[in-house]
Order: sequence, then C-alpha cells, then structure tokens
Amino acid sequence: MTQILMPALSPTMEEGKLAKWHVREGDAVKPGDILAEIETDKATMEFEAVDSGHIAKILVPEGTEGIKVNSPIAELRQEGEETDAPSTRAAAAEPAGKSAPRPRPVEVRERAPVPAKGAGETPAVQVAAATPEIPQGTEFVTTTVRDALRDAMAEEMRRDENVFLMGEEVAQYQGAYKVSQGLLEEFGERRVIDTPITEQGFAGLGVGAAFGGLRPIIEFMTFNFAMQAIDQVVNSAAKTLYMSGGQMGCPIVFRGPNGPAARVAAQHSQDYASWYAHVPGLKVISPYFAGDAKGLLKAAVRDPNPVIFLENEIVYGRSFPVPKLDDFVLPIGKARVIREGSDVTLVAHSISVGLIMDAADALSKEGIEAELIDLRTLRPLDTATVIESVRKTNRVISVEQGWPVCSIGSEIAAVVIDEAFDYLDAPPVRITGKDVPMPYAANLEKLALPSVEEIVSAAKRVCYR
Amino acid sequence: MARAEATAAANQQAEFPPASGRVDAAVAERLKHFYHDMLLIRRFEEKAGQLYGMGLIGGFCHLYIGQEAVVVGMQATLQPRDQVITTYRDHGHMLACGMDPSGVMAELTGRHSGYSGGKGGSMHMFSREKNFFGGHGIVGANVPIGTGLAFANRYRQNGAVCVTYFGDGAANQGQVFESFNMAALWKLPVVYVIENNQYAMGTAVQRATAEVELYRRGSADDIPGEAVDGMDVEKVYEAGRKAVQWARDGKGPYILEMKTYRYRGHSMSDPAKYRTREEVQQMREKHDPIDTFGARLVRNGTLRDEDLKAFDREVRQTINRAAEFATDSPEPAPEELYTDVLK
Ligand SMILES: Cc1ncc(C[n+]2csc(CCOP(=O)(O)OP(=O)(O)O)c2C)c(N)n1
Ligand SMILES: [Mg+2]
Repeated sequence: MTQILMPALSPTMEEGKLAKWHVREGDAVKPGDILAEIETDKATMEFEAVDSGHIAKILVPEGTEGIKVNSPIAELRQEGEETDAPSTRAAAAEPAGKSAPRPRPVEVRERAPVPAKGAGETPAVQVAAATPEIPQGTEFVTTTVRDALRDAMAEEMRRDENVFLMGEEVAQYQGAYKVSQGLLEEFGERRVIDTPITEQGFAGLGVGAAFGGLRPIIEFMTFNFAMQAIDQVVNSAAKTLYMSGGQMGCPIVFRGPNGPAARVAAQHSQDYASWYAHVPGLKVISPYFAGDAKGLLKAAVRDPNPVIFLENEIVYGRSFPVPKLDDFVLPIGKARVIREGSDVTLVAHSISVGLIMDAADALSKEGIEAELIDLRTLRPLDTATVIESVRKTNRVISVEQGWPVCSIGSEIAAVVIDEAFDYLDAPPVRITGKDVPMPYAANLEKLALPSVEEIVSAAKRVCYR
Repeated sequence: MARAEATAAANQQAEFPPASGRVDAAVAERLKHFYHDMLLIRRFEEKAGQLYGMGLIGGFCHLYIGQEAVVVGMQATLQPRDQVITTYRDHGHMLACGMDPSGVMAELTGRHSGYSGGKGGSMHMFSREKNFFGGHGIVGANVPIGTGLAFANRYRQNGAVCVTYFGDGAANQGQVFESFNMAALWKLPVVYVIENNQYAMGTAVQRATAEVELYRRGSADDIPGEAVDGMDVEKVYEAGRKAVQWARDGKGPYILEMKTYRYRGHSMSDPAKYRTREEVQQMREKHDPIDTFGARLVRNGTLRDEDLKAFDREVRQTINRAAEFATDSPEPAPEELYTDVLK
C-alpha cells in the first residue's frame, strides 16, 4: 500500500485545503489522472496521480482545511507493487517513520500570511491613524498586500483612462503572483495587456507610451528580469527630462516583486533597491504594509516622474489594516516611525520591516527599547526622519536583504555620520544580505539572509550590553 | 547513461532505419537507448515531482515530462566534444548528456553531493566533463551564450558544435534575434533547438508571437529552419543529424523547431488554467513520445513487451537510488556560503 501525501504545490505552501476529490474509493487511477483539487496559498491546483493502482482509502474528506504538507490523504494499492523496490518506495511515500523527510526548510522567512504584527495592539495602526492622510475615526479593513496593490491599480485606472497595465502574464493568467487579479475582467484587453517575454522591448515601449501622453504601469514578473530592461529604465526613462531641458517627462511606474523569494537561487533572488536608488531622475518606493503599498502605488501612478515600485513576493500574502477611504494617497518620500523607542534606531524597508519588528519585541524583553523606521521610499530618502531619531537614540542599525557594498545601509550610515556625527554613541551598523550570490541550499540560503538574531545581537553590541 | 556517447558513436556508422521492418543490430541498439533514455528522464521527473510534493525540493522546479524525445533524439547526433546549453527546464538535458541522476537529484534537494554542491538548484547545474553548460534561469540569456560557445569552437577550429535549446517564449527575446544575426554573419557552428511546447508559462504561442512558425525565425538572416515532430524521437534524430552536420561543415547556424508538449504545469505552482484537461489528455494518449515509440519497437520486433517492462524496472531502481542518495546526502557545510564567489 502506498500513501498519497498532501503535496507542496508552491514554493511557499505549508498547508492547504482539500477542495474536492475527483476519485472515490475503489477507483482505478493511472498517471496523469486528477486525484483532487487543492487550494494553496496562491491558487487552486489539480493534483495528479503519479502511479497507477486503485484508491484503497480516502483519509481526508473534501472540504478539509489546514492540511499540513506531507500528511497522508489517501491510500493507493499499486499493481506490481512487489517488483518495485519496496523500501525506497516507502521512503518516498511515508511522511513519518524510518526515512521521514527533513522538515520543510523555509520556515524562518515563511511566516503564514496571517495578520502579521499588528492588527490590534499594533504600533503600525496607531501611527498610521495619526498621519494626516487618515482622518480620525477611519475604519480599517484587513487586506493582503497583494489585494491592496490590485485595488490601487484598479482605482487609478477608474480615475484616469490613460492608465494601463502591461507585462508578462498580467491579463489572462491574472498575474504570475496574482496581483492583477480581476483587472482584465474590469478593464478589458485594451488596458490590461499581456506581453511576449521581451522586457527590454516592453519597458522601452512603456517609455514611449509615456512620452506619448499615457500613464503606463509596467509590471516586471520579478525585478530580476528588469535587468534585461534596465537600460531603458535608466537611460531613457530617468534621464530624458534632464536631457530635454525639462520639455519631456516620463510618467511611468515600473513595478513588481523584488528581492529573494524562497529557494529560487541566485538568478531569481536579488534585491535591486540600491541599484535604482542610485539613479537621479527616478523615484524609488519599497513599502511593507498593505496600506502603504496602496497609498504609495496610487501616488506613483499620479507622479509625473518615472517611479520604481519594489514589492516583495513573500509579503504579498501578508495582511494588514488598510484605511477605508475613497481616495487614499500617501506622499512619496516620507519614512514612518512605526514604533517609538529610546535606545537604538532600527531602519528598514520592505520585508526587513517585519524583521526589525520581531527584533524590537525580542530586545524589549531584554530592556532595550528600539525605535523603528520604515523608510517606505528609498529615493528621495527621508533623511530628516532618520536623523531626528538618531539624535534621540544615538545609535542606528540598518537592515536590508541587498548586498552590503554600496547598499541602502551604506547611504544611511553616510548620512548619519554627516548630519548627526556628534550624537552617535556607537558606529552605525549595516545588516545586509551576505556578500554572495544567493545559494539554493536551504541551510545556506538562511545564512545568506539577515536574521532577527543578527539584529538583536548588533543592537546589544551598540548599546554596549 | 554514458550510453548517450555510445549511441553517438553507433550512429557514426549506421544509416537511419525505416520506421518498420527489420533493423540491423547497431541501429536496434540505438533505438533501445532512445527508449531507455526517454524512460529514465520520465521517471526521474516523476520522482522529482514527488520529492517536491514532500518539501524536499524547493523553489522553482520545471519538469520536462512530455518533451523527452527532443533531447534524447538530439543528443544521439552529438559527439563528446560538442556542447549543450539550455534553460531552467534542464533535468532531461543533463541526463541525456550522461550526467549522473544521483548528482542531479542531489542538486535538486540542495545537498553537498549535487552537481553544484547544492548552491545552484534545479535551474542552475553544469558539468564541464559532459560539456553541459547549464541550466540558465533568465529567459533568452542562454542563447547568446550558446552562440559564444560556437564562436569559441570556430575560433579554435576544434570541429565542435554547440546545441542551444530554448523555449517558444524565449524565442521572442531580443537577444535571440541578436544571436541569430551574429551566428549567421560569422557562420558559427550552432544548432538552435526551439522547444515549442506551445506555451510560455500561461501564454500560448499565438498570443505572444506574430510569426507562429518559429522555424522561420531566422529567415531574415537566411538561417535554414525546419519544423520537426518533437514527440517522435526518430524524427528528431533524423532532423538533428542534418542540422548538426550542417553546422559542423562550417555552413553556419541551423534552426530546428521541435513541436512538443509539456504535460505538467510550467513549474510546480502553476494551476494551468490556460489549457483544457482534454488537450493534455489527448497529447498523453495519442502522442506520448515514450508509449508510441515503445509500441513501435514492439511492432517491428526490436523489443518485446517484457523488455519494455525490464527497462522500466531497471530505470525505477536507478531513480530510487538517486532519490535515496539525494535525501541522505548532507547539506553543504556553512563555510560553503562564501566559496566560489571568485577564483
Ligand atoms: C527574462 C525573463 N523573463 C521572465 C522570466 C519568467 N519566466 C520563466 S520561464 C517563462 C516562460 C518561458 O517559456 P518558454 O520559453 O516557452 O519555455 P518553457 O518554459 O515552455 O520551457 C517565464 C516568463 C524569466 N525567467 N526570465
Ligand atoms: Mg514553452
């Protein structure tokens, strides 16, 4: 008897729902037959038989939610099982026991897409509620970052007929990461456009369309592939206003997931924040919270300049409160203090904001109160907010996934030394991704990325504790 | 499967056989290897899919199931000095090149004993020994690189040919056209194999490509092109021989468009809503490269049913050993994080 196990059907899946069985006990199956439909964190997937045999027993009824990857869901009686090297087959099929697979190695960064820190006691909400863009008494709706981005695009497309979305798999497939879900249906093929795989081509085409009076949103399936197109982004989009003595202008948004996902190795796991932040003529935004993602993406679409909007695949599934307002637009270029503290300033953007929040909790237990800054925009960088904080705490640690050399942290350190040198009680610290291409192996990948422990120990060090 | 090389040697002598009727011994040997090698890839990929489902393989994992005839037929036309380069859908290519299934599987599980020491994963594997130049994750990027390998061959006058594989979606990348032009201009010994499996992720060819006959893609540069039934290993082999010979003779590049099909989703997390179940079922039942070829071999008396079963048992054992090796091997040592960044 072979056990059929709950499969992992995406790089980020840990559990799923058994939406529907396509077979019943006693049914004969052959490779390729659909056994069941399974809802993952991203989509509903059909799960196929690999071996032929008869379904002996269904162990998990349909409709069951939260089934852990690798737990048995059915039993298969195989024909000719006996010829089939029984010991290894069992190893490949049984979740527990003698040759149990190692635990899935992504747990550290892969927090379930639950309301992260914050839905209730959250500093995030409190601070958000205090910002001028959100009137007192505004209702908040818990929303995933993925949906917040989609809502922002939909609202801007309703508002301005010149806004369109173009990229690979954005229309019929609903987005490789499901960010553009529903947009084709609402806005049609004229405004939601699937492209060939030709990044340099459609990025340049977007620049031309912007010169021609439109407001393109160009999605890169991930920013790794924007390297194919970076010439158009830098040489054409960023420099033309200047080169034309102010006549031209390029109102365009280049957006997509940036930085490492999970186990996708060197060519698909790079953080480009500092690359784009380096370029005059661009604005660069990299939010963490859903509300910021929405308010800033709407601002990006309205901005008359080229804006690089860096999202994060792992963050897409996280949920945060978003203010329920008809037209929620945030200013570009403003960082936000998301937690006040007196002992050390932790600065981050994008997914690393989650890390500094966890680190602050851990530090607080040891009597160190960290002040947390979510940069949100990387160019122009809100140095005033950072400096003001450092004048209070006298210590600063930056955290990012990008490489250390010429990083966002390098810039933070330089600015702090420049403008608050006399206030510093310890040298600025940069915590970054390690100075290597991203390895595939689970253990090495974990080591390559910044961790809460690194932040905590750096904070203690600068506090001389 | 160092057999690939033996197969290559075998076909130096034998002319291509008719699809039915008696076949001479050398040819029969080659046909058996075709069957064996396709089956090895199929079972390897099925196992990889299982290990992915168990969380032992992570990230992206693009299976080659359905396309086996392409790489097996092409590889049999090559000599050991020839090079192969492909995309992220690379497991089949590595096995066809004679790389060890255990080493490939161990790379998939991210272990020290994998071909890249666990640092490359499914999409990034290489073997200098087997002249396999990767395993590339950026769509289109391997095409100028393959062209460059061919450039080096010509420069060194070493008589080698580089076979450069890419997908129907990749065929739209600018650098592919740039490569075609250079290869034609400098008469480089490169065979471009477009594996047209009809979809680039969720995009059907006709939704992304103005000229859907991809073998014509080089016509502006006068590169000969040919459409091939990529579900039929013998047809692949026949076309491949011609193309490789053309390139080896110094006549320049050649384009083969292999009409093929992938059964599984683009990667493991693709719900594949862009095509019907029936379409996939139809391909599996009527055009499966392994089943149809196996049946043909039995019909023309090259193999018996029992032989096919014996192959399957042997291959399953190899694959089970590979899976065991790949799950038992240790992860890379932590110090490996910093090695190999520079020489
Ligand atoms: C430059 C670049 N753009 C986008 C991607 C994402 N991506 C990976 S595979 C793929 C589809 C490629 O399809 P095709 O060339 O037909 O090859 P197949 O997957 O069918 O073998 C896409 C869009 C990428 N890896 N690189
Ligand atoms: Mg394809």
